[in-house]
Amino acid sequence: MKCSRRALLKIAGISLIGAGVRPALEALGAGGSPRTLASPNRLVGKRWAMAVHIHKCPTGCKECIDACHRTHNVPDFENLKDQVKWIWNEPFRDVFPGGENPYLEKGPTEGPVLVLCNHCANPPCVRVCPTKATFQRKEDGIVMMDYHRCIGCRFCMAGCPYGARSMNFRDPRPFIKGINPEFPTRTKGVVEKCNFCEERLARGLMPACVEACKEKALVFGDLENPQSEIRKLLQTRFTLRRKPELGTQPQVYYLV
Amino acid sequence: MFDTGKVLAGLAIFLTLLTSPFWYGKGRTAPPALPVDTPEIQKLPVKACIESTPYMTASHMELLNEWRDAVVRDGKQLYVNHEGKKFKMSLSQTCLGCHSNKERFCDTCHTYSGATPRCWSCHVVPKEGRT
Repeated sequence: MKCSRRALLKIAGISLIGAGVRPALEALGAGGSPRTLASPNRLVGKRWAMAVHIHKCPTGCKECIDACHRTHNVPDFENLKDQVKWIWNEPFRDVFPGGENPYLEKGPTEGPVLVLCNHCANPPCVRVCPTKATFQRKEDGIVMMDYHRCIGCRFCMAGCPYGARSMNFRDPRPFIKGINPEFPTRTKGVVEKCNFCEERLARGLMPACVEACKEKALVFGDLENPQSEIRKLLQTRFTLRRKPELGTQPQVYYLV
Repeated sequence: MFDTGKVLAGLAIFLTLLTSPFWYGKGRTAPPALPVDTPEIQKLPVKACIESTPYMTASHMELLNEWRDAVVRDGKQLYVNHEGKKFKMSLSQTCLGCHSNKERFCDTCHTYSGATPRCWSCHVVPKEGRT
């Protein structure tokens, strides 16, 4: 069979168009019913943040820390070098370096201060993560970790100026006292940190530490909502943030 | 042609050796039966998985990957199946909530097919607690 160049080009052109029909139809049809939905009873916010009343924390109280670590299967390695922590106490001078007043005899600067991941608006850990295992949620600003993607390179630990990230140098499972079956554990070789109880917010619950605090020293809420408790608190009270000069815009505020 | 007989005999031996694993395994590697008679499934009014059995058998891993990305990265918690029914996207709660026989349901087939999923190094098997 003889085919002129003109006829061949025509057939080739029509075939190309034909081959493009199915992907085009699929792309148009993709706007149909979604296969996944957000939970209807979740708490909705645009910028989750936390305020800590330092003076309300009783000496030696660990209710919030225990509640968090129990909820999230945080292991308790005896060796301090291996320590994994989501929320913990730190001396005032280490939390706010350069902010101490040597003549102050007693007061909020004396006792330990509760610290956790600051869920920075401009998070350095997200910038340095090579696998996008650490990412910032666009809808509410939570700095999240996808443990499935973490390769354990620890760039984020170097990037975080607050030491809010811990590496699992060993298998954490034998070091978890009672495993909460509703939350996964981590495995050896991944970094972990506070997730602002993202899984509880999705169920319409406040973070575990806020719920556990009997002194109401922790206030959690949406800073973009002018009616929220935390927004009103921050409007009226002087607050400190950790290392604000670094430009990370921490979202944990300390009421001194 | 030279040595036709030897060449053909050699080819036959080569092909037999090449295909020997298939001859060896024939008859002794029946796929394991996957028991779906757990007490939890017995209690269900309609004994059906979230999607059809052939789809689940062939594509549960893709579905789980889709669930993982939706829950972790997009903040979605509910899965809508082909009938419009909603399910919480959770391996240890929704999947194992019915398939409470993980050793016999998941592990036997994964062992048979030589698959080593790493789900359980983090996700907790209910009841087992520490595995």
